[in-house]
Amino acid sequence: MDVNKNFIVGVFDDEQSVIDAVRKVRAGGVKIHEVFTPFPVHGLDEVLGYKRSRLPIAAFLFGLTGTALALTMQTWMLGYDWPMIIGGKNHASLAAFIPVTFELTVLLSALGMVATFILVSDMKPYRWPRQFDVRSTDDKHVMAIDLATNKRFSKDDLTSLLQNAGASEVNEKNFE
Amino acid sequence: MQVTSSVRDPLVTGGKTVKDVSHDISRQIEAKPTMLWWMAMAISLVLLAFGFYCVCMLVWHGIGVWGLNKTVGWAWDITNFVWWVGIGHAGTLISAILLLFRQKWRMSINRAAEAMTIFAVICAATFPAFHMGRLWLGFYWALPLPNTFGSLWVNFNSPLLWDVFAISTYFTVSLVFWYIGLIPDFATIRDRAVVQGNKIRATVYNALSFGWQGGAKTWMRYESVALILAGLSTPLVLSVHTIVSMDFATSVIPGWHTTIFPPYFVAGAIFSGFAMVLTLLLVTRVVFKLQDYITIYHIELMNIIIIVTGSIVGIAYITELFISWYSGVEYEGYAFFNRIQGPYAWAYWSMMTCNVISPQLFWVKKIRTSIVATFVLSIIVNIGMWFERFVIIVTSLHRDYVPSSWTQFHPTIYDIGQYIFTFGLFFTCFFLFAKFFPVINMAEVKSIIRSDSERLHNEGTPREVERTH
Repeated sequence: MDVNKNFIVGVFDDEQSVIDAVRKVRAGGVKIHEVFTPFPVHGLDEVLGYKRSRLPIAAFLFGLTGTALALTMQTWMLGYDWPMIIGGKNHASLAAFIPVTFELTVLLSALGMVATFILVSDMKPYRWPRQFDVRSTDDKHVMAIDLATNKRFSKDDLTSLLQNAGASEVNEKNFE
Repeated sequence: MQVTSSVRDPLVTGGKTVKDVSHDISRQIEAKPTMLWWMAMAISLVLLAFGFYCVCMLVWHGIGVWGLNKTVGWAWDITNFVWWVGIGHAGTLISAILLLFRQKWRMSINRAAEAMTIFAVICAATFPAFHMGRLWLGFYWALPLPNTFGSLWVNFNSPLLWDVFAISTYFTVSLVFWYIGLIPDFATIRDRAVVQGNKIRATVYNALSFGWQGGAKTWMRYESVALILAGLSTPLVLSVHTIVSMDFATSVIPGWHTTIFPPYFVAGAIFSGFAMVLTLLLVTRVVFKLQDYITIYHIELMNIIIIVTGSIVGIAYITELFISWYSGVEYEGYAFFNRIQGPYAWAYWSMMTCNVISPQLFWVKKIRTSIVATFVLSIIVNIGMWFERFVIIVTSLHRDYVPSSWTQFHPTIYDIGQYIFTFGLFFTCFFLFAKFFPVINMAEVKSIIRSDSERLHNEGTPREVERTH
């Protein structure tokens, strides 16, 4: 059986029951493929055992790049390439460079972080996502379990496990 | 149970379930446009067309068609620029600062407010852009691009250049922030289209949603991104109007040369922005039947922000007057004396009435919870804030140091036309947004509705049930 093809899908009605179910299913030794929710459910990442996102680090590094770029650019342009005395200040007057430096820091930090987010989350506008259940963007919380990564459980085992964990529906979903 | 506190009103009324949220917000995207929408759109397009004619005349003949003269070199253009940028500030305040303060009531108004921000900034940017005259050379004047004069670089010591960076960064970051918020909602509309069998809509909204799936891991990253964007936008929004105010404050014109400008401008911006949010949302909630999402409670909270910022603006006006006397600088003293009783006294007193006196009416609970009163006052505030910028700019310039240069400013049809152009642009964008984009952040609103509200709705209103516990 191939990975990422045959799934057992549990449908839950509210966020608390899906959090409880994730705890129970994981305690039973089952690996969860992913849980799809219509809105961010706080605490779900913890019970699923996800590590904290490192996107803040990316944002910081992109911001630092922006700061360095802006200071270098302004100092080089007005300090060395074409020195000008403006308002009797130094050629490269740091205080006057702060606003542009700040703006470029924010700009690069925001754009870099969002680009990283889209890349690491593998979001592509031209591709249809795999939909385990279309209602997962409406009002249902959907837990997908890959059969191939849980070989020691049968379909019936997983179905009854999900039902006992509080799923309102359990379906099978196969992708080509 | 929708809100866990027993002392606060529920943020979403009418016992809405999570499914109702998807339905109520997606409904107007899926339905054919109403007659009312077509009429509103037609009016906006007429304004846009007339404005576009005026803009074309301006580009063709040059900025001489405006009413500017040697003494008053800045008038309606920069007044309107500052006015529009200021309006934009409320959107970022709602989406970023209220997110950092965990104010959940922001959730049903942030989407429309951010859209307003983006369109307002576009409108604002048209004024300095067209004021450059030869628009097509503007890139070389405004951006540090290599050119054939040396390269002669732009002047990084100038607040006008800071403004270029501030406004463009503000626009880009706001757009990204707004779009990130829209992604999960586009996916909701896509999946509804899949169920309804509408292939075209499904494909379009899938592309718009970047193929969003809503996995727990993506949501975790998404929340991290939203929080950092909020953290970045907060100092950004404060910096934007600070820098706008520095366009004036770093000069040596009496009436502009004031250190109080940055906080005073930021408060004024939020003040006018909330007024504009109210004007737009009071109409939107009725047209799209969203009274359960944008409740009187939301309106009241926004009115309270208007009292606070309006009072800060009032204090700033009085401080300016005091300092102009206390500083002992006769030019400064004259500038303010001239504002109060000179040829533009009517503008000064309109500003004072609209901005200082009228928002104080919101201390009365009956007025701040009245839709009609709020609507009227929100427009009055925006008129007042327009006069504020006009007063600061024109009255400070029209009495030059040399009395022989003293003059008045009279707008021409092209000054007015350019302003109308931005109104046409703003409302065209806003109506398109309201028709094709979800006007309320569905994913966020869903997160504040507990799923058992359905049960509670059958038993009574959430509030009543809450009290019995």
